[in-house]
Amino acid sequence: MGVILSLEHISFTYHSEKGEIRALDDISFSVSQGEFVAIIGPSGCGKSTLLSLISGLHPVERGNIIFHGNTEKQTSTNIGYMLQKDHLFEWRTIYRNVILGPEINKSLTKEKEAEIEDMLKTYGLLEFKNKKPSELSGGMRQRAALIRTLAMEPDLLLLDEPFSALDYQTRISVADDIGTIIKKEGKTAILVTHDLSEAISLADRVIVLTKRPATVKKIIPIELSIENRTPFSSRTAPEFKEYFNLLWKELSAHEYV
Amino acid sequence: MSTSKVSAEQISYLKEVKRKKQFVLGMQLAILLFFLGLWELAADLNWIDDFVFSSPSRIVKTCIDLSVSGELLKHTGITLYETILSFLITTGGSIFIAMLLWISPTVSKILEPYLVMLNSLPKSALAPLLIVWLGTGARTIIVAGISVAIFGGIINLYTTFRGTDREKEKLIYTLGGKKYQVLFKVVLPAGIPAIISNMKVNVGLSLVGVIIGEFLAARAGLGYLIIYGSQVYKLDWVMMSIILLCIMAVVFYQFIGVVERRYQ
Ligand SMILES: Nc1ncnc2c1ncn2[C@@H]1O[C@H](COP(=O)(O)OP(=O)(O)O)[C@@H](O)[C@H]1O
Ligand SMILES: [Mg+2]
Repeated sequence: MGVILSLEHISFTYHSEKGEIRALDDISFSVSQGEFVAIIGPSGCGKSTLLSLISGLHPVERGNIIFHGNTEKQTSTNIGYMLQKDHLFEWRTIYRNVILGPEINKSLTKEKEAEIEDMLKTYGLLEFKNKKPSELSGGMRQRAALIRTLAMEPDLLLLDEPFSALDYQTRISVADDIGTIIKKEGKTAILVTHDLSEAISLADRVIVLTKRPATVKKIIPIELSIENRTPFSSRTAPEFKEYFNLLWKELSAHEYV
Repeated sequence: MSTSKVSAEQISYLKEVKRKKQFVLGMQLAILLFFLGLWELAADLNWIDDFVFSSPSRIVKTCIDLSVSGELLKHTGITLYETILSFLITTGGSIFIAMLLWISPTVSKILEPYLVMLNSLPKSALAPLLIVWLGTGARTIIVAGISVAIFGGIINLYTTFRGTDREKEKLIYTLGGKKYQVLFKVVLPAGIPAIISNMKVNVGLSLVGVIIGEFLAARAGLGYLIIYGSQVYKLDWVMMSIILLCIMAVVFYQFIGVVERRYQ
């Protein structure tokens, strides 16, 4: 499988009048086509910054970000970015919210509309099409936000703690739900989270970052001995607990001691 | 909701709500009638001098006389025209300029002290200048109306636009949007409640500016009628004009209420 994204020696510093904040320090890793990578690290360590750099919202200061082995950024790689909150606009209906991407790119064709309609149907939101976001549950809103991202047909999905605003129970089911959708659509994804079990249940590989300025502490492949792995069934795998302890130790080494 | 059968409790609750609404409306009308009645009675029984205080019947008579001569329509029409125009220019102008300032934070930083200064300046101080520059007439009055409200409006709307949720702005960028799309897809729609409350302020202030302008520099309009009436001791004219202004203000507010409900 091809490498869709590589980061080479990425460093990043925020500048302000009060001084500079070094957020990222010499980060390198790569992500293969179809892979699901989770990034964990203490809060404030620079995870969101990393995603912003990959998405091109921040210009790269030092190092290289390479898509499909091609330094010319975003020539062929479409990036979908899901933020911590769903940010559905209350002044738009669910349908008008999920078409926002194509509307902005002026690529809202009849086929696109039908495609989005299909996604709403597949993911159980068709009957809420003309509702306002406030009429939906937290889980449904998050699903609408995912459809809004998928409508851009991204090759690479960036998920920045997209479940952390939800309460515990909804969060597990929504994480499983969204994880399953992403697998089903065959998307490559990078998920930032601080929830260890979320990372293990969803990811093929977990990247552990140190506290700020973030460096890559460890990269741990998750191999579970169960058939037809789903986010939910992963939680029952015999290795789950071992991975949990391992990640816990890696993180605790600087955050909790 | 979607239940087709409404329970008896719900029906009686709705009845109660309706009853209360009717009571409020009834009391409002009663207060108005009581006040008008007392005024008329006091004038008829000579408790007050109706040459100075006028009376509802004298005002109605004045209204009819001036309607017949066509003067009522002329003066009201002019004030209405000047107020509406200054309201529209103020509202449109403050939205437009606040948008430009939002687009360029540097320009807005440069202009900030000037805006604050112009906003706190008592606009009546400008009136004599306006008369010299623009003469006496509708143009001066409209500019006076605009000058009262526009600077506050700009500052207010700009602050609102700047305060838009940064993450919502970021969302547009993540969807491949440009700055102007952030403006039109997020900043403006999110600012509609502020724009509407600004319109409410503008209606009141435009009216203030227009009336002050007419006091100083007009040959027509309700403000002119008030000043002229007081000078020649035709206080019926003054009272009638004030009442017409009250009605005008109420109608403007109702109109903005309609706009508000449409955008909710
Ligand atoms: N726009 C900014 N300007 C200055 N400092 C920032 C900015 N954004 C984030 N930071 C700082 O950079 C560090 C990393 O932030 P972030 O990437 O959001 O962390 P995380 O997502 O891991 O919680 C934090 O200490 C934060 O205070
Ligand atoms: Mg973050």
